[in-house]
Formats: sequence, C-alpha cells, structure tokens
Amino acid sequence: MIRATLALLFVLLLGPAARAERLIVSVSNHRVTVTPNYSGEELVLFGSVEKDATTPADRKAYDLVVTVMGPRADMVTRRKERTFGIWINTDYRQFLQVPSYLALFANRPFEAITSPEIARRQQIGLNNVLLTQRVSGDFADVVPNDAFRSAFIRLRTQRGLYREDGSAVTFLTPTLFRTGIPLPAEVPIGTYDVEIKLFANGAFIGKTETAFEIVKVGFEQFVATTARQNGLIYGLVTAAMALMTGWMASIVFRKD
Amino acid sequence: MQLYLPIADLPVNVFLVLAMGAAVGFVSGMFGIGGGFLMTPLLIFIGITPAVAVASVASHIAASSFSGALSYWRRRAIDPALASVLLCGGVTGTALGVWTFTQLRALGQLDLMIALSYVVLLTAVGSLMFSEGLRALMRTRRGTVPPRRTHNWIHGLPLKMRFKRSKIYLSVIPVVVVGIMIGFIGAIMGIGGGFILVPIMIYLLRVPTSTVIGTSMVLTLVTMLFATMLHAVTNHLVDAVLALILMVGGVTGAQFGARAGQRIRGEQLRLLLGLLILSVGIRFAIELVIQPSDLFTIREMGVSG
Repeated sequence: MIRATLALLFVLLLGPAARAERLIVSVSNHRVTVTPNYSGEELVLFGSVEKDATTPADRKAYDLVVTVMGPRADMVTRRKERTFGIWINTDYRQFLQVPSYLALFANRPFEAITSPEIARRQQIGLNNVLLTQRVSGDFADVVPNDAFRSAFIRLRTQRGLYREDGSAVTFLTPTLFRTGIPLPAEVPIGTYDVEIKLFANGAFIGKTETAFEIVKVGFEQFVATTARQNGLIYGLVTAAMALMTGWMASIVFRKD
Repeated sequence: MQLYLPIADLPVNVFLVLAMGAAVGFVSGMFGIGGGFLMTPLLIFIGITPAVAVASVASHIAASSFSGALSYWRRRAIDPALASVLLCGGVTGTALGVWTFTQLRALGQLDLMIALSYVVLLTAVGSLMFSEGLRALMRTRRGTVPPRRTHNWIHGLPLKMRFKRSKIYLSVIPVVVVGIMIGFIGAIMGIGGGFILVPIMIYLLRVPTSTVIGTSMVLTLVTMLFATMLHAVTNHLVDAVLALILMVGGVTGAQFGARAGQRIRGEQLRLLLGLLILSVGIRFAIELVIQPSDLFTIREMGVSG
C-alpha cells in the first residue's frame, strides 16, 4: 500500500518532467481477503493517460500492457517417462523465484502493439517473461519453446494462475482505460505487483506501478499457519483429536 | 457443502468425504481392519496429493483403532506384553518410514513409491487371502478338517518370552521384526497394516484368535499416532480438517460394519476381503502402466516473501 502510494507519488513528481504522458492508475481494492468459501474474484484496475503540452500532436492512440505478478517462489517441473513399462518421474528442472501468479493483459494482441525486439526487452507476453531456470548449475531463461518451460506455463495456465489476454484492457475513452484482474480460488497469498506499460506507435513511452495484497483469513488459514509454524503442537492436537473421536465413538456405540 | 482443506489446499464436498469415511468405516468394521489401504487410495482418487493423503489417514486410523482397542480392552482381549514387544519394533519402523518418506519426497519419487508399494503389497496379500479363503470354502463344502497347525522355524529362535494372556511361548525377535515392518510400511503407505499384521500373527506367530485383533489394534493405534506426530513435525502434511471429517464418518460406519460382519461366515469374509485388497492393488497397477494424461507436474517449493 505504502509502496503503491510512493510509486504513484514518484510518477506524479517525476513523470511530467521526463515524459510527455503520465499514467494514473488505481485498483478497486488494495487488500483482498480470501475467506474459506472464496471461489474467485475479479479486481478492477482503472487508469488514465494524461497528456500535457509536450505531448506530440500525432499521438492519438495508445496501447497498454498490464502485468500482474504474484509472490515469487521456487518451483520444480518434473517429466514422466516410461521406464520398465511404468511411468516414472525422470527428468526435472528447477524454476527459481518465478511468480506464483502471472497475468499479462493488453488492449490489442501483443504482437500488434510493438516489435518482437521491444516485446522481449519489456517482457511482453508469457513467452517473453523471464522465468529463471537452473540448468546444470547455470541460471538462465531458455527459449520459449523449451519443453519444460512450455509445460510449466501450460500447467500454471490450466490452474488459472498464469494468463495472457490481448483484449482484456478496454479504453473507455481514448485516454481512460480499465481491466479486470481475475483471482481464482487457489490464488497464493502475498503482495502482488502491477506494472502498467504504455506504448504509442509501437514505441515504449512509459510505465507506472501499483500493488495490492492478498490475505487469507479464517479458521482454515489458522490451521495452515499452525501446521507450518508449530508442527509439534499441531501434531499433538491432531493426535488428541483422534483419541477423543475414538473414545467418544466407543462410548456412544457401547454395546451393553 | 464445500469446505476448504487447509493443508491439502483444495476445496472438497464435506458430504462426499463424510460418505467415504463411513463407507471405509463400514468395510473396516466388517473385517476388523483399519481400512487405511482403502481410504488413502480414495483420497488420492478425489485429487488429494498422495503425500497429504498418507499423512492425514494416519490420524484417521488412530481414531478408529482407538475405539476398537477400547472395546477389546474391556473384554480383556489384548495381550499387554505382546503389544509392548510389538511396539518396540513398531515405533522404530514408523520413524524409519517417515524418514524414508521425507527422502523420497525430496527426490520426487514419493508418489511412485506409494503406488508401487500398493501394487506389490496389495496384489500379494490380496491373492494370498483370496486363495486361502477359496480353499477354506472348498474344505467346508467337502466337510474335511483343516490340517493341524504345526510349529515352524520361528519357534526355534532364541530370546524366548512367555506371553501370559495369549498363552504362547515365543522368541521376541520375530515379534520385533514384524513390528518394524508394519510400522515402516504404515508410515509410507498410510495404512494401519492390520490386514497384513493379523494374518502374520495368526499363521506365523501362532497368536490365538482371542487376542490377535485387540493386540494388533494397539500396535496400529500407537504407530499411527506416532506417524501423525512425525508427519506433522517433519513434513507439515497432516490435514486436521480432512482427518476430522474422515474420523467422524469412519467410526460411525465401523459400528454398522461390525454388525453386518457378524452375519457373514469367516471364510466368505476372508474371500471378500482378499478380493477387495486385490482390486485396489490392480487399480494402482493399471494407473502405473497406462500413459498419464500429462507427463509434466509442478511442485512448489514454498512461497517466499
């Protein structure tokens, strides 16, 4: 929240001096609470492109790419192969500090917005986002059609945690825009960074950032936190619960 | 009614899980077993990861074996001496099992090992039990008397001890070994092991039927409680919410199962149980052999920040 405000302030103070346009954005909710019966929600991002006197007259149409990145985590992708007639995990790749949630939205298809060169540099599209892998001791991202990388993106997309959409951003007026950020039920908790990049005539002309936070509340979250932080107490309570249930059953169903 | 399982990280229908608990409880009450070998596969089948299923079922089995053990205790059908010797092995085996479980999980081969153990153990025990039940059934049809049991090599081992309530004089070595074995596979596979332990105790150790089930329940109870603790401390995989629903369903179903079981003859019961175990084993075998719909899997190593 503070970060978002600071980022906005930063843009407001320095933006006009350095750029001809400035971006003003806000999300509908900076703190999303996930309750036990949460079944997915959509956050709305609003914003506008403000022109000033230095804006070139030929800039009429703008393009926007919104990138939402969830908390980062290490993940392992494994591949099964048939060995001795059965399917076994054989090969694996480690993905280091990759976003647990990743959404890329634009007002037009990514390839129509800018050149492949700029798209790569600005990490536009799931194929261009940096996903660091550990490849035999080295740390690098690989080509987009690498089997592990594409399987990773495909599996995350299936769970609704990775997505790209070239038509999710809508311009309400030539300068006012909005987009929805869908957050599925199994969305990871933590801080989400939102980056909004502005393009005009294929050129990258500026960006701004904001953030929101996802917190889980309720009994389930309490259980999950306890299990992770106080394993011993959690185990004791579970064991006691088992004994209680068994004891109660033997009383309730006691045969005389 | 949907409920979110905190550790399994999955929403499930409460009534579905409750019904599963009751159904498995019914079967377990009918055959006098813990039912872990049915419960764990069912949980895996509804989408819970094998690791969480194994860890959570341990506490479910602890609950059902506790209620069973209590009623056997009242009927003085538990041999405390035999149970303690079994437990020495059982606790060691469980610790070894949980340690192996952790190692396999780190290697990414846990799911495979769980499936393989199920295939090997269940098809072996299932076919043995089935054929034995079939033979017993034939014998009763023909009206012949089963061959007299004789002592075997196990009874020649040293370190003998007298187990008063069971009225047997037996070396502690095989008892401890059996305990270790049951504890080990129980921790890895999420089963109480009653369906293996009872036949071993009857046929190999010659424990009389009057104390065999009660005593095996004590072993199951303690090893499963211990496994719950270890899984909770080392792997953080025990889903208490899931376990509670299973327990409630399980202990209720078991009561009705026990009543139904009394109406079926022993040989038929063994035949049925053998068939059931065998089919679960085959189910796992098929799963391993056919090509999975997706060759890739992702595992998160923990979110930072």
